[in-house]
Amino acid sequence: MSDIPKADELFKSIDYNPPATGWMDTPVDFSPGHWCYPAKPEKIAYMDTKLPGLWGEPREWLPSDSDWKLPPNWKETVVNGFRERLKKFRSLQLFMDICVRCGACADKCHYFIGSGDPKNMPVLRAELMRSVYRGEFTLAGKILSKFTGSRVMEEHVLKEWFIYFYQCTQCRRCSLFCPYGIDTAEMTMMARELMHLVGLNTNWIMEPVSNCNITGNHLGIQPHAFKDIVDFMVDDIEEVTGRRVKAPLNEKGHEILFITPSGDVFADPGIYTFMGYLLLFDYLDLDYTMSTYASEGGNFGSFTNNEVMKKLNAKMYAEAERLGCKWILGGECGHMWRVVHQYMDTMTGDTQWSGMTTPKSPITGTVFDNAAATKMLHITEFTADLIKHNKLKLDPSRNDHLRVTFHDSCNPARGMGLLEEPRYVLKHVCNNFFEMPPATIREQTFCCAGGSGLNTDEIMEIRLRGGLPRGNALRYVQEKHGVNLMACICAIDRATLIPLADYWAPGVTISGTHELVANALVLEEGEVRTMDMRQEPLPGFEDEEDDWTPPSKEDA
Amino acid sequence: MNALYSLLFVFLLVLIPLFGVDAAHMRTFFGVCIPTTAFIIFIIGFVYKVVTWGRSAVPFRIPTTGGQFKSFDPELFKQNKLDCPQTGAQTFFRMVLEVFAFRSLFRNTAVSLHEGKDYPVVAYKSSKWLWLFAITFHYSFFIIALRHLRLFLEPIPFIPVGALEFVDGILQIGAPVMYLSDLGLVAGVLLLMGRRLINAKINYISYVSDFFPLFLILSVALSGIYMRYFAKVDIIAIKELTMGLVTFHYVVPETITVSFFVHVFLVSVLMAYFPFSKLMHMPGVFLSPTRNLPNDSRAKHHVNPWNDPNIKAHAYADYEKQFGVPMAEAGLPLDNPENGVPKDKAEA
Repeated sequence: MSDIPKADELFKSIDYNPPATGWMDTPVDFSPGHWCYPAKPEKIAYMDTKLPGLWGEPREWLPSDSDWKLPPNWKETVVNGFRERLKKFRSLQLFMDICVRCGACADKCHYFIGSGDPKNMPVLRAELMRSVYRGEFTLAGKILSKFTGSRVMEEHVLKEWFIYFYQCTQCRRCSLFCPYGIDTAEMTMMARELMHLVGLNTNWIMEPVSNCNITGNHLGIQPHAFKDIVDFMVDDIEEVTGRRVKAPLNEKGHEILFITPSGDVFADPGIYTFMGYLLLFDYLDLDYTMSTYASEGGNFGSFTNNEVMKKLNAKMYAEAERLGCKWILGGECGHMWRVVHQYMDTMTGDTQWSGMTTPKSPITGTVFDNAAATKMLHITEFTADLIKHNKLKLDPSRNDHLRVTFHDSCNPARGMGLLEEPRYVLKHVCNNFFEMPPATIREQTFCCAGGSGLNTDEIMEIRLRGGLPRGNALRYVQEKHGVNLMACICAIDRATLIPLADYWAPGVTISGTHELVANALVLEEGEVRTMDMRQEPLPGFEDEEDDWTPPSKEDA
Repeated sequence: MNALYSLLFVFLLVLIPLFGVDAAHMRTFFGVCIPTTAFIIFIIGFVYKVVTWGRSAVPFRIPTTGGQFKSFDPELFKQNKLDCPQTGAQTFFRMVLEVFAFRSLFRNTAVSLHEGKDYPVVAYKSSKWLWLFAITFHYSFFIIALRHLRLFLEPIPFIPVGALEFVDGILQIGAPVMYLSDLGLVAGVLLLMGRRLINAKINYISYVSDFFPLFLILSVALSGIYMRYFAKVDIIAIKELTMGLVTFHYVVPETITVSFFVHVFLVSVLMAYFPFSKLMHMPGVFLSPTRNLPNDSRAKHHVNPWNDPNIKAHAYADYEKQFGVPMAEAGLPLDNPENGVPKDKAEA
C-alpha cells in the first residue's frame, strides 16, 4: 500500500466540482489501480464448457493495453444482448426510460463521496448505459443525439463501462433515495452480463465462480482440505473452551443443512465466527450437517450473470436432497442473503425435494413462516429466537473489553430488511453497544466498498476512497464512545473492513456477530474462560502469557 | 449552453403560432389540427411506451427494503410496513406515499466534507429543497390540469373543478382572481431550473432534454397567465372551441385572439413531446420493480417467466468422482465407495 496517500491527504484531494469538459469528452484513466485483473483464460474456458455462449473468447488481455482483443462482432453481440435484456428485465427497460436526472442519488454513492469522480454519481454511471440505449434504440436519441445525451456503442464506450461498472458494488443505496426507485445495481448487473458476452471480465470474480462450481467453495479448497481446516478449528475451540465440539460434514439423515460463506472457513477473522457457529450448534446438540460440496453460501455468480447465479445456487437444494435435510440454515453473509431472499426460490425453488419443510427451530419450536417458500433461515433469526426463549446462557461481561458497533451489510439491509435481529443478538452478548450516525446505518448503511467482487488488492485506493463514509462513521464512534470493534454479518465485510478500518479508523478490529455469541456463551454452570475465541486473554487473565503477541496484532 | 439552446427552441416555438395565426391566418390549423394531432400522438405514444414496459418481464421480486422486514416475531421486531411491505395492501400504501408524497425524495440528504479538529468529518444533513420544489411544481401542475377540465365539460362539475377553483383562488387577490397554482407552477419551474443551473453537479448531468421541458412548461404557464390576467381573452369563445374539439364539431370563433393560439400550440408541443421524453417518469413510477413489489419472495413462490430449467447444479456424483479418493482418506462419507478407491489400485 506504499503508493496510496495517507488518509488525510487522500481526504483533502476529494473535490466535488466537476471537470471543465463534458462527461462524454472526459477521458477515462486506464492506468493500473483503476481496474481489476482480467480472468485467467482457463477459468473462462472452463465456464464455457459448463454454460456455453456467455463468455466470449478466452484470452490474455489487460485494460491498460490499447487493444482489448475484442471479437470482431463484439458490437453486434453487445447491442443484441442489450435489446434482449430490455425484454427480460422490466427494471432495465424502465430505468433506461424514466430517469429525470434530478441528482438525488448523486451524493449517495460511497465511491462518489470518496472520489468526487462525477462518473461515480449513480445517475451518471447509469447514463453510461442510458446514452447507448437512447442512441441505439430510441427515435429521439437517433435524431437528436447531441441534445438528448445519446451515443452509439463504440469501443471507448465499452471500455468506459468496464471501468465504472466495476466501481459499483451493487449496494443499492442510491435506489433508496431515488424518487422512482431506480436501482443502479440492476444496471451494473446487466452491463456486466453484456461485457461477459464479449470476454470482458475480472479474475477476482471468475476464479471464485469456477472454483465454486468445481469444489463447492470460492477458494477452491478440496473436500479433504476443507475437513482438515474444520478439524483445526475444532482443536482451537477446545483450546479456548475445553469442549470438543462436533463438526459433521457430508453426513446424511440430519434435519438441518448449514451453509455459510467459505470465507469464514479460511480467513481471519471469519474463522472465529465459524468457530462460533460450531460451538453454538454443539451447545444446542443441533441435528445438523455441513457439506463440502455446497460449502459456499456466497454466490459469486450474482456478480456475473443470472445463469451462473442460478447454477451455483442450485447446489443448495441439490445437497439438501442428497443428504435428506429438511431445511437450510444460512450463515452470516451479505450478497448470499440477497440471492437467498430475493432470487433463490424463484430460480431454483422447483428443485426442492419433497421432504423439505418450513424451518422450525428444534430448540424452541418456533416456525419461521417468513421463510416458508425458500426453507432457508438466517442464523441471526435462529439465534435471536433462541435468546428470546431464554435457551442460551450468556455472560455478556466476557465481551466487556470490547466496545462494539454494528455495520449493516448492504444486502441484508436494502435487499432483505434484516435490521433488528443482529442488533438484538449483539445487545444480549455484549454490554457496550453503540450505533454509528443514523445516516450511515440500517437502510442508509454504507458499503464496505469491496462488495460485488471488488474485494481485490489491485484497486485498493478505489476501495479505500469508497470506504470513506463507513470509515469516517466508525472513526466518529471510536472518538466519541471508544468503540474498538465493529461487528458485521457478512464474510466479505470481514475481509474488506479490516484495511478500511486500519486506514480510516486505526485501532478498530472487525468481527462476525457469532464470534461474540461464542465468547459470551456459558457452556456449563460455572464455566470460566481465560481467553476469547481469538485466544487473546480476557481482562484479568493477561498475566498468564504476557510477552506473547497474537499474530493478528503483530503488524498493527 | 444546454439551457440556452432550450430557451432558444422555446422562443422559436412561440414564433410559429404568432406568424401562423397573425400573418398566415391559419386559425383552423392552429386551433384544431395541431392540438388534435398532438393529443393523438400523446395518447398513442404514451400507451405504446407503457405497453412496452408492461410486456417486459419481471423475473425477480427486487424491492428496495427501507426498514425492518416482517420477522418471525413481529412483536419483538416491529415491521416497517410502509418501507418494507410484505403484502399487497402494504405495497399499495408504499406506492401511494411514493406517488402522492414523493416519500423517497423526502429522505434526501446532502453530504459535505469538513476538516475536523482531530480527524476529517463526512457530514450528512437532511436536504428537503428538491422535495419542496418538486412537490410545489407537480401539485400546481396537477391542479391546473384539473381546472382546465371546465373547458371540456358541460355542465361543469363542482367536484373537483368548481371546488378546486374556489380553493385555488381563496386569497381573492386581483381580478380575475389570482390562482395559487399559477404562482406555484411558475415558482416551481423557476426553482427547479435555478437548481439545475446553479448546482454544479446537477448542471454537469443536464442535457438540452432536461432544460427544454422546463422552459416549455414555463412558456405554457406564462402564456396562460398572460391570457387570463392581461389579455383577458374571450373565455366563452374559447370554451366553444374546446367543446368543439371534444365533441368533434370544430369551430374557431373570430373573437379568439392570438395569445390563445400561442398557449395551445405550446401545450400541443408538450403533449407531442411527452411520450418521447423523460416526462414519462409520470406513468413509470407506478411500474418501478424496486417499489411496487412486496418483499415476500422468501415466504411465497414466484414464477420467472423465462426461468431456464436446463441450468442445473454441477452434479454431486461428478464431484465425488473427482475428489472421491482424498475424501475417503479424510474419512468423509461417499455415496459410491468405488470413487474412494485410488486409480492404480482399482486397476491392479
